Amino acid sequence: MGVTSKLGDLGIVTVRLEDAVNWARTRAMWPMLFGLACCAIEMMSTQASVYDLSRFGMELMRPSPRQSDLMIVAGRVSRKMAPVLRQLYDQMPDPKWVLSMGDCASCGGVYNNYAIVQGVDEIVPVDVYVAGCPPRPEQLIHGIITLHERVKQERITDWA
Amino acid sequence: MSGLQDSVWAGDIQQLKGLVSERALNGETIVLNMGPQHPSTHGVLRLMLELDGETVVTCVPDIGYLHTGIEKNMEAKQYEKSITMTDRMDYLNPMGNNLAYCLAIEKIIDLDVPLRAQYLRVLLTELTRINSHLVWLGTHALDIGAMSVFLYCFREREKLQDIFEIVSGQRMMTTYFRPGGLWRDVPEEFEPAVRDFISYFPARIEDYERLLTDNPLWLDRTQGIGFLSAQDAVALGCTGPTLRGSGINWDIRKALPYSSYEHFEFDVPLGQHGDVYDRYLIRVEEMRQSLRIVQQALDSLPDGPFRSNNRKYVPPPRSELGTSMEALIHHFKLWTEGFRPPEGEVYVRVESPRGELGCYLISDGSPKPWRVHFRTPSFIHLSALPHLAKGYLIADLVGIIGTIDIVLGDADR
Repeated sequence: MGVTSKLGDLGIVTVRLEDAVNWARTRAMWPMLFGLACCAIEMMSTQASVYDLSRFGMELMRPSPRQSDLMIVAGRVSRKMAPVLRQLYDQMPDPKWVLSMGDCASCGGVYNNYAIVQGVDEIVPVDVYVAGCPPRPEQLIHGIITLHERVKQERITDWA
Repeated sequence: MSGLQDSVWAGDIQQLKGLVSERALNGETIVLNMGPQHPSTHGVLRLMLELDGETVVTCVPDIGYLHTGIEKNMEAKQYEKSITMTDRMDYLNPMGNNLAYCLAIEKIIDLDVPLRAQYLRVLLTELTRINSHLVWLGTHALDIGAMSVFLYCFREREKLQDIFEIVSGQRMMTTYFRPGGLWRDVPEEFEPAVRDFISYFPARIEDYERLLTDNPLWLDRTQGIGFLSAQDAVALGCTGPTLRGSGINWDIRKALPYSSYEHFEFDVPLGQHGDVYDRYLIRVEEMRQSLRIVQQALDSLPDGPFRSNNRKYVPPPRSELGTSMEALIHHFKLWTEGFRPPEGEVYVRVESPRGELGCYLISDGSPKPWRVHFRTPSFIHLSALPHLAKGYLIADLVGIIGTIDIVLGDADR
């Protein structure tokens, strides 16, 4: 975080505002409880006892898009589901991130057919792709940490 | 925000004529949308609810949000290559789907399956049943408000996932069953892992029961809710625990045994009242019975080959490829062209954790199936949901959706 202790033992640290904001964002990034298919079961495993996603500040999965920061697209997105998914994304408040979990969400996976959207990036901007069918919980956690590293690099553009 | 405006339905209520009652058209009752993004619809189910106050008058399920075109895709693939598709259909019961599809292929070409493979298939499908019931119990309890059960269930589930990983290399989508037997024999770590699970798990079931069975909150939310009479259950085509909760003794493992289920001793638990609570008790007891079958299958596991020796349909062992020209030709033919079953059609059924899973297969003699259709329990049970939900409070609807144990991948395919 680039903490520099300039004032001795006064208990005060100085840090760039960007770093502090980004640090706060990564430590409490609430994912949306949004399961589509098989990957949702692995997402639940990641959330549950053994893998315990709350270690990464993801204690809560919010079913409401209005309260969530991260959309984990877990599973295949059918053409019927696509407008719903876009609407949910639009309803999320800024700043928001999208993690595409699994092969189906990332590129259509094994379903190159009429029913499945060939990659969720056709509908929403994706920040991190996680490969696997379904990805192991470790892979999902790796994807989330990758996203956290990315968020820490973000620059504040609008200082108002 | 454009999203907000989109979410307000601008249509005319008269368009819903025939779906909802006359009272809704007059404005006496309200029509409410539930899903497809809802934490307790177990995936992407959308319900159109007509409510009189908090009482559900009509409930119209809208499915297809997870339609994947699996059956159509299977027509374009050789028989063996479609097995991976069946895993992803009902994703809580991958082994059971594999089994239904493999049994259909084996029936149409009259392929023998060695006893060891049959026993291992039984063992692994029963472990899958426990796995599926654990997810059901965890999410059902979570929907009704018991958070800690979910965490315990998933702790035990990880042990099962480890077993599946030992046999197949994958945690969920195993694709382990193949026409004529299995992909490979089980490795030596398999038996200790299963024995460990058998000794560990019964006490955990006791834990779940201690948390729920006599819990007054749980009883309030489940007893007398979602009543289904025996006649209605049969008329609506319910199978599995949903049917047995109404007291009808119909389990395909007992009634029409497949894959040598007749060699194993187990009981079929039956309910008396046909409500959510009875179906809960049945599924918990089914986990115990499945464990009994696993124990028996492991104790009496015969030695021998793990897949058929019929080289026209089953690939030869890898070791023979370097020495036998014939094996090389068979291998090449099977992996390039595939096998050609005789013309005909078959229907096989297995008992999935949700009910009767049927596979209807038509072959036109080519290496690809002409048509594959799955009779999936989730789809049939969803059509029973309006009947089950009628007259209950909207808060109970969550429990009723949970009790029929739907998997939307299974319903939409």
